[in-house]
Amino acid sequence: MVTALNNAIDLLLKEDENVVVLGEDVGKDGGVFRVTDGLQAKYGDNRVIDTPLAESAIIGTSIGMALGGLKPIAEIQFAGFMYLGFGQIINHCSRYRTRTRGTRSLNMVIRTPVGGGIRALEHHSENPEALYAHANGLIVVEPSNPYDAKGLMISAMHMNDPVIFLEPTKLYRLFKQEVQDGMYEVEIGKANVVKEGSKLSIITYGTMTRIVEDVVSKKNVDAEIVDLRTISPLDEKTIIDSAKKTGRVMIVHEASASFGVGAEISARIAEKAIFELQAPILRVASPSIPVPCPGYEDYYLPNAKKISNAIDKILSV
Amino acid sequence: MLKEAYSGSIKYMQILDEEGNVDQSIPLDDIDNEKIIRMYKLMVFARAVDSKVLSLQRQGRMATYGPCIGEEATQIGAAIAMNPNDIFVPNFRQHALYLARGMPLENFLLYWKGYEEGNIPAAKINGMPVIVPVGTQMQHAVGLAFAQKQRKTGNAVVAYVGDGGTSEGDFYEAMNFAGVMKVPVILIIENNGWAISVPRSRQSAAETLAQKAIAAGIPGVQVDGNDVFAVYKAVSEAIRNSKDGAFVIECITYRMSMHTTSDDPTKYRSEADVNEWKARDPILRLRKYLSKHGLWNDDMESKMNEEYAKLIDAAVEKEEAFKPDPRSMFNSVYSFIPQVLQEEMDDAEANNYWR
Repeated sequence: MVTALNNAIDLLLKEDENVVVLGEDVGKDGGVFRVTDGLQAKYGDNRVIDTPLAESAIIGTSIGMALGGLKPIAEIQFAGFMYLGFGQIINHCSRYRTRTRGTRSLNMVIRTPVGGGIRALEHHSENPEALYAHANGLIVVEPSNPYDAKGLMISAMHMNDPVIFLEPTKLYRLFKQEVQDGMYEVEIGKANVVKEGSKLSIITYGTMTRIVEDVVSKKNVDAEIVDLRTISPLDEKTIIDSAKKTGRVMIVHEASASFGVGAEISARIAEKAIFELQAPILRVASPSIPVPCPGYEDYYLPNAKKISNAIDKILSV
Repeated sequence: MLKEAYSGSIKYMQILDEEGNVDQSIPLDDIDNEKIIRMYKLMVFARAVDSKVLSLQRQGRMATYGPCIGEEATQIGAAIAMNPNDIFVPNFRQHALYLARGMPLENFLLYWKGYEEGNIPAAKINGMPVIVPVGTQMQHAVGLAFAQKQRKTGNAVVAYVGDGGTSEGDFYEAMNFAGVMKVPVILIIENNGWAISVPRSRQSAAETLAQKAIAAGIPGVQVDGNDVFAVYKAVSEAIRNSKDGAFVIECITYRMSMHTTSDDPTKYRSEADVNEWKARDPILRLRKYLSKHGLWNDDMESKMNEEYAKLIDAAVEKEEAFKPDPRSMFNSVYSFIPQVLQEEMDDAEANNYWR
């Protein structure tokens, strides 16, 4: 996924000289995960900018850059540090367009690594997607594979809205996938039916997608797997269609359950398809506690066993 | 009319030079031989712990770790200057400070292996837990200092931030509050020259980081952070005067090693840059001083190293015997256990998700 993202950003920098990359260590170091590796050498330090250590200023200046006609791709080193720029995101990114009735828009992307599974230190394994999804006016995407990561990044820059681009650290180097050369887009706002099925719908995204696929394949369950790709705005149609088709819905995400994306999806299904369900909706997620230190990570993250148990439970109703 | 509205300057202090010679023009105050030996031993101990943790990390027996190699004097000078009841607020690289202030080594190791239990004893030694989000802790320090003043404890608060951290808004806001509230806080900038790959020169256009204090109406000084005497003297004076308000001390030191074990410094800095600083090593120069004054010899050195190796091995053994209890994640979130959490915990236990 690192290579796919690097390639996408490279193509975007080449395509439009107004595209700039900024963040901590994105230049010479190529980012702590190497997503921007080699780009400063190629495009210069006015296009790929190492900033001082200040998340709020990285985001706030990106807003100014976008207002000034540039198209910034800001990197926040870890999602846990993005909270220092939360005010800029909520107060400005999300509402600049609407409060100027469309006369000022922000063509910008804020990229940040999310999620656990790599034994990182405290504050390095956050899953904050629900916080950003709750701020209307932001687009929130989270790819589950290299192909989608590249296509979503390109689409994100090609649309004139602020995009929060969440990159699961666990997936940066977990597996390889053939990704075509050159520009292509993966539509934002459109979920991907990874596998068709008739007995059960499993709605997921990010790191959990692959784990769900593995469990479903091992158990040989006739399940439909929907990978959201875009968290907000939600692809309600794909979700409701699948729920109506199978009559059983499970939502699997790495972020904690309480007040999360799963709750939003459950509510949508309850509102529009509850009489077509044969079992209560189930959520599989982390417990409702702050992300712990890495020693407790395995006790915290949803695992194959938890997903498998939930599948048995929902199919037994 | 045109007149000067303000002019300020920042002094730089070095007492002990690279050759182990003392600048006679600056009084050593209460730095006696007993203290000097204590400083030396604590610095060597911290470095021994750092190299042990790095080797454990390479074997997969520790989580990500950012050593403080080369920065020991910046921390030990302050640790010795602090009174027992003074409070310290670290970021994530104050290992020497923690150990010098009495953090049990097995707990220190436990935290860096990835267990919150490692944070427990910090409260007993008047320290705050490791703070990872850069710069944010400075505001806590100001609040802690306000509480000391309000409750008339007479204690001072000593807080650490890196050179990178001084770019955060939180840092400026903390200094500004400290200036307005006139609280007993000493803000130490551990300027090790690097914020991961970003050099100090790219962090701020200001000539010194200490001068940032001027804008907040606080006095500031820059000291040689590899000179434990200068750090001690600056921090002692600041603590003595802390009832008059806040103080900023910029310690010039150098990150001799990687940012953390996940970092590869060869990507952005040359060996020559690092070698230049090897000659300025804080431990090396204090050792030179001790030898010159007949306070230390090779025999004492090897006895000390032996003792430390044993101490460290014993602590590693204790730390590795620790068995995490996943229920602790649930029990400690609130002062009570909400029903939702209780159900999640029971479910995990009953279905054995914890393996």
